[in-house]
Amino acid sequence: MAKIIVVTSGKGGVGKTTSSAAIGTGLALKGHKTVIIDFDIGLRNLDLIMGCERRVVYDFVNVINGEANLKQTLIKDKRTDNLFILPASQTRDKDALSKAGVEKVLNELAKDFDFILCDSPAGIESGAMMALYFADEAIVVTNPEVSSVRDSDRILGMLASKSRRAEQGLDAIKEHLLLTRYNPERVEKGEMLSVEDVKEILSIDLLGVIPESQAVLNASNSGQPVILDSESDAGQAYLDTVERLLGEKVPFRFLTVEKKGLLKRIFGG
Amino acid sequence: MSLLDYFRSTKKSSANTAKERLQIIVAHERRRRNSPDYLPQLERDILEVIRKYVDISPEDIAVTLEQRDDELSVLELNVTFPDEKR
Repeated sequence: MAKIIVVTSGKGGVGKTTSSAAIGTGLALKGHKTVIIDFDIGLRNLDLIMGCERRVVYDFVNVINGEANLKQTLIKDKRTDNLFILPASQTRDKDALSKAGVEKVLNELAKDFDFILCDSPAGIESGAMMALYFADEAIVVTNPEVSSVRDSDRILGMLASKSRRAEQGLDAIKEHLLLTRYNPERVEKGEMLSVEDVKEILSIDLLGVIPESQAVLNASNSGQPVILDSESDAGQAYLDTVERLLGEKVPFRFLTVEKKGLLKRIFGG
Repeated sequence: MSLLDYFRSTKKSSANTAKERLQIIVAHERRRRNSPDYLPQLERDILEVIRKYVDISPEDIAVTLEQRDDELSVLELNVTFPDEKR
């Protein structure tokens, strides 16, 4: 039985698509058959982050409307086995996703996949609601910044009231906090909310902390999920995150300022 | 860090300010979320009635509906009256 995970945030620009690409790739690297669905109808971007933008033929809305089947539409990732992308439609109106249509596609994918990752659009309109409606688990991507934290809390409210699990009185969606663009130096200076602050305000389990990193922009420039950059701090932090998502106990890294040794101080690094 | 910065740092950090502001607004919005739709209108109506007699602003009034158990819910109305000297 496939697990449906929504990657959501309310606020835009916090790293939903970057995280979806990284975590989806990580799950596939661990041997789980994974599909990442772009729910951002009209503003397709997952394809670009995954580096498959020129291989898009059909899209999510085509499948819902029966104009193409899943086999024709799913893009198989060229780097990672077990990984597929279902691109969003670029041209159609935002209300092209119907609950029944999305459910049909998810049910069909569930027969074949271990993980279905739903990359939500920003906001709280129909696209975002559709992305979270069928979820079993939610990864709430949050920046240590007031507007992002407030919007995350808003989304937590939606997960608890507007989802299928809430409406049908099933077990609640399992909520995970993913803190991104974390800068330990600024936290130490008292200029940025700390992990503990955000955890305390949102009171949900911490899944991962991704440090603010140049590797993220480099990765998106080249269309490579940052998790494949295993030398980078962000790549390693995403790998830890995936392992925690799979139930492993992994200590948190990159939470404190790295003390530079004498040699590093002299020669830089 | 300069000597001046050292003395400045005794001031509350901006992260602390952010945390306090968030705690207040998030708590407020959660109460809203879990309360019936008519509550904001009820709050506005009560505000209007009180304003006929005393000049208060919207932030001086708080209406919460608390579900104690299945049988009992309590409507709590909290109005801060202005200082009489003002």
